[in-house]
Amino acid sequence: MATTAAAAAAQVTMLEAIRQAMFEEMDRDPSVVALGEDIGVYGGAFKVTEGLLARFGPERVIDTPIAETAIVGAACGMSFLGLRPVAEMQFIDFIACCFNQVTNFAAKSHYLWGAPVPLVLRGPSGGGVRGGPFHSANPEMYFVHTPGLKIIYPSTPYDAKGLLKSAIRDNNPVLFFEHKFLYRRIKEELPKDDYTVEIGKAAVRRPGRDLTIVSYAAMVHTSLEAAEQLAKEGIDAEVIDLRTLLPLDKEAIFASVKKTNKLLVVHEDTKTGGIAGEIAALVFEGAFEDLDGPVARVAALDTPVPYAPTLEEAFLPNTEKVVAAARELAKY
Amino acid sequence: MSQPLSRQQHLDLYYFMQLNRQLEDRMVRLFRQNKIVGGLYSSLGQEGVSVGSAYALEKRDWMAPMIRNIGALLVKGVPPRDIFTQHMAKYTSPTKGKDGTSHFGDLKNLHIVSPISMLGDLIPVMTGVAMGGRYLGQKIVTMTWIGDGGSSTGAFHEGLGLAASQRAPFVLVIENNQWAYSTPVSRQVPVKNLADRAVAYGIESDVVDGNDVVAVYTAAKEAVEECRAGRGPRIIEVKTMRMRGHAQHDPAEYVPKEMFEYWKARDPIARYEKYLTENKIWDAKTKSEIDARIERELDENQKFAEDSPLPPAETAATGVYCDGCHAIEAEWKRPKGEVTPPRSSADASWKVPSFGALDSASGGNGAKSSAAPQVSTSEAPDSPRVPFGRGPKDKAFLAEQQAKAPQRHQHAPKHSPRKRGR
Repeated sequence: MATTAAAAAAQVTMLEAIRQAMFEEMDRDPSVVALGEDIGVYGGAFKVTEGLLARFGPERVIDTPIAETAIVGAACGMSFLGLRPVAEMQFIDFIACCFNQVTNFAAKSHYLWGAPVPLVLRGPSGGGVRGGPFHSANPEMYFVHTPGLKIIYPSTPYDAKGLLKSAIRDNNPVLFFEHKFLYRRIKEELPKDDYTVEIGKAAVRRPGRDLTIVSYAAMVHTSLEAAEQLAKEGIDAEVIDLRTLLPLDKEAIFASVKKTNKLLVVHEDTKTGGIAGEIAALVFEGAFEDLDGPVARVAALDTPVPYAPTLEEAFLPNTEKVVAAARELAKY
Repeated sequence: MSQPLSRQQHLDLYYFMQLNRQLEDRMVRLFRQNKIVGGLYSSLGQEGVSVGSAYALEKRDWMAPMIRNIGALLVKGVPPRDIFTQHMAKYTSPTKGKDGTSHFGDLKNLHIVSPISMLGDLIPVMTGVAMGGRYLGQKIVTMTWIGDGGSSTGAFHEGLGLAASQRAPFVLVIENNQWAYSTPVSRQVPVKNLADRAVAYGIESDVVDGNDVVAVYTAAKEAVEECRAGRGPRIIEVKTMRMRGHAQHDPAEYVPKEMFEYWKARDPIARYEKYLTENKIWDAKTKSEIDARIERELDENQKFAEDSPLPPAETAATGVYCDGCHAIEAEWKRPKGEVTPPRSSADASWKVPSFGALDSASGGNGAKSSAAPQVSTSEAPDSPRVPFGRGPKDKAFLAEQQAKAPQRHQHAPKHSPRKRGR
């Protein structure tokens, strides 16, 4: 770890890491512009874009009407001129309002008529903060089912910054999910120099021998906690953080399954149609011989995200649920 | 105001309208021979709209067509073979067979954005192109078309709201062809003119006879010039008539026969031919020369398309992502220093004139609209720096605004005296 000088460098939250990525990319490249609701003068509902307006001015930091289709449509139009717009959904739940613009326009442009759409659509997602059914969603799988998009959902400040920079420099429409439960809860020391994290590569967060837990976003931390508990019971779990859902790093999953022979997928998204099903199918197709047991899933209930703390706790996966599933799987 | 059209420009308008009609006429025949893949949508009777409006654009300007704007594509420089190959799903088509009809574009040379079938989405997109062009200092104007039917979509209203609040150099042509598939305008929109909706966005509009190509051109030219001068966006509603069904499969039996007859008597090409003759702009020889040229060009273009292969099956899996196949670079026409610190730095605070109060002298929410420009430039702006792209200290612009202010009526759409028929 760090020397004294580096240790003195500030510990940075995920929110601050994302803000830094925006600042640095806008500083580096005047073709990067930001637009969204309340992102300028107010600095964004979560203050991710705070200070951007003062530094880069209203031509580059554009406060828009509450009109998600207009925001994404305008971002597409800007991108056709070689600009690299970063559009914010105030809450990622609101991406439902511009579903058509994202899936039929942005995602299909390159395939159909050879027009790259280098835009980033970012916003706070996920539950556990008592946001209720319209401010807690994990709508990533609507879009994982859309060829032409890239989907990023990081779990650490380092990855959030590096992946957002990669997303801004990418030539494709990228959806960047920011788990709001993690915004201010985890801190990390970041490199002083410019760095990026490659899109489409998973990371091994904890090496292990007995079983593989594949997860992403906030559930990576839940899975790591579970792995620590499992270790006390003599079960050595490997935890893989997908980081990118589209394209999915199949090789990283296969490599881990080859080693542990058991796979548990944990996600905060609801179970039916969640990425665990897709991963299970991939493993059946590509690594069936390596499996010693069924692919297990821990996911949210197939319901909207409920409001009351007791209900939301019941809805969300947690450490206990992951430990219980892993224990069962380890028996094979 | 714009210059009157030269003889050559008058002949251009005829050439493109006739090219549009003859091209589509050939496609109907190809359709009956099963050589068109999928549906075929006719713009018969609407050629004056596509041609007249697109003719007002300059080469640097951007447009996005709808399905019935073949004429606009031709005017912008698309060769007829691209229209043939698109409809026949050939590998030589602009989309290499990935999509059909007018669904193709050209970012680099012709500045055309491809449409999608979901109506209205091009309005925010072309607003974004307009905003981006202004940001880059390109002085471009963007244009798209929307039907009477598409003007009911959410994207239409979201896009117009953003365009108006940004004062984007964007022209929206509302192509009122009376029918949204089988539903007449009266059952969709309970206002007299679709252009009246401009009032709600504080922007100016115009209503013109869509079957009078010169009237369409004149209105479009004025709108384009106004936008280029920083007084966008603008709406032009053109009244026209879809003379066929929604597509080839639809016999349009729901349209009253008399309605077809009414509009047939106002056919844009027949009217324009008469106009050219009466005004001695051409003679029979010139007409036959142009017609022969069109025939020759279409023969060649159609042959090219018919001789072209369908795309190889293995290309279906390619091209979903841009993996470095495109070099993306913005074309800057202004110093980048203007948009980077320290010059870009701004005071992050709002000023709200009259505090939005009902009874204050200026009244209302203090928003500035292009229909009612701010009265005094010394008034506090409602955003940190406006107008975008012109710089906060652009005295010439402010003077323009002041000079223009008394001429305009607040909250009243400006309808052109060119309005005819109906």
